[in-house]
Amino acid sequence: MTATAEPALHDRLMALAGRQIELGEVRGAAAADPVNLPMIRHWADAMGDANPVYTDAEAAAGSVHGEVVAPPAMIQVWNMPGVNRDRGQQSTPVDDVLRALDGSGYTGVVATNCEQTYHRYLRVGERLVPATRFAGLSGPKKTALGEGYFVTWNVTWYSGEEPVAHMLFRVLKFRPRERKTTPEAREPYPLRPAVNRDTAFFWEGVARGELRIQRCADCGELRHPPGPICPSCRSADRTHVVAGGTGEVYSYVVHHNPPVPGLSTPYVVAVVELPEGVRIVGNVVDCPPEEVGIGMQLRVTYRQMDDELILPMWVPQES
Amino acid sequence: MMRTLTEDQVEIGSVLPELVIGLTPTVIISTALATMDFTPVHHDVEGARAQGSKDIFLNILTTMGLVERYVTDWAGPEALIRGINVKLGVPAYAGDTLTFTGAVVAHDDGEFTVEVRGRVSLGDHASGTVRFALPGR
Repeated sequence: MTATAEPALHDRLMALAGRQIELGEVRGAAAADPVNLPMIRHWADAMGDANPVYTDAEAAAGSVHGEVVAPPAMIQVWNMPGVNRDRGQQSTPVDDVLRALDGSGYTGVVATNCEQTYHRYLRVGERLVPATRFAGLSGPKKTALGEGYFVTWNVTWYSGEEPVAHMLFRVLKFRPRERKTTPEAREPYPLRPAVNRDTAFFWEGVARGELRIQRCADCGELRHPPGPICPSCRSADRTHVVAGGTGEVYSYVVHHNPPVPGLSTPYVVAVVELPEGVRIVGNVVDCPPEEVGIGMQLRVTYRQMDDELILPMWVPQES
Repeated sequence: MMRTLTEDQVEIGSVLPELVIGLTPTVIISTALATMDFTPVHHDVEGARAQGSKDIFLNILTTMGLVERYVTDWAGPEALIRGINVKLGVPAYAGDTLTFTGAVVAHDDGEFTVEVRGRVSLGDHASGTVRFALPGR
């Protein structure tokens, strides 16, 4: 299926491909080494190929070949560039196209086809010259790996003026798919409340949008912050009520310094007195610090600080 | 020297014995170097992983070599390989096993065609054909 590419980019790539095709066959550098027995022996050894016509002079002499020959599938090996691949490498008509695709975001590469024809077996001592012909560019196609272009070229290997082998090679240059990522994870808010068996009910309430105040299950007194034992009757039995969510500023400070991680200064920390009768500490937000004053009427709000943490805060009540 | 099959010993439908190659890191690396392919993904595990591969994997020149070997192991040392067409599939990673199967699918004007598949655990690593000639009787 044909995919969409930016028309200008597609036209540019196709124009480049057309120019490269017109270059025709471009000869490369002669192989660093002629066809030789040591390289054949290493190759056959690594491949596990025990064919004696490749390595055993006596057996080869008695074979249809009459002498040692190179494995046909070694054809590409003779002109491989080696470890320092830029050294003395001549460019081929394919290079410009691959570079243009890289530069357009088609950075992935995977070979899809390799077709070789061997006109005859090679003898020790022959030095090969490859000639590359750019054959075509097709795409963009949608593939399992991502959208991409197929790039095809041909190589003919010459021994002297005689073509001895031919190859068609095709690669897919593709735009790697975006890695599936979870929606932008927020930086965790650095200040975490201490959640324990005494305070868990409070934070469970916050998560549901409830401002919960601890209440002694025996004498009924409300207390905040939460604790294990009633300061009034010493009972360890406790429950909670849900506050109405309003309050007024009992006292406050405007914090300018020092900087606190996760907060930008100045900010207001207030002691908020609830009509239920307890006081609770919290930030006053959505209000310039200079407008905050004692007795200011507030209502609770819940702020999502990061992917997990919600904090209760206070905003001015609408008058 | 081991005998090479003669034309009258091969017919369309002849099945090649399976060849199983354990892809140890040694196989991956020694073949990459023997084919003069020093691309890091064929010898450097960290380099391969950095590119999104799970391990080092077989290079194409080796795939071609092994396909050729698969046919000559069966047909004999004097079989004349004329051409190999390979469609490349999933990577053949170190630690996997490459299993070749094949059968003769054509005999035309003295040239035989074997259809070859090289499978690894992920699927077809290489599939295609090898064309070759055999000595007369």
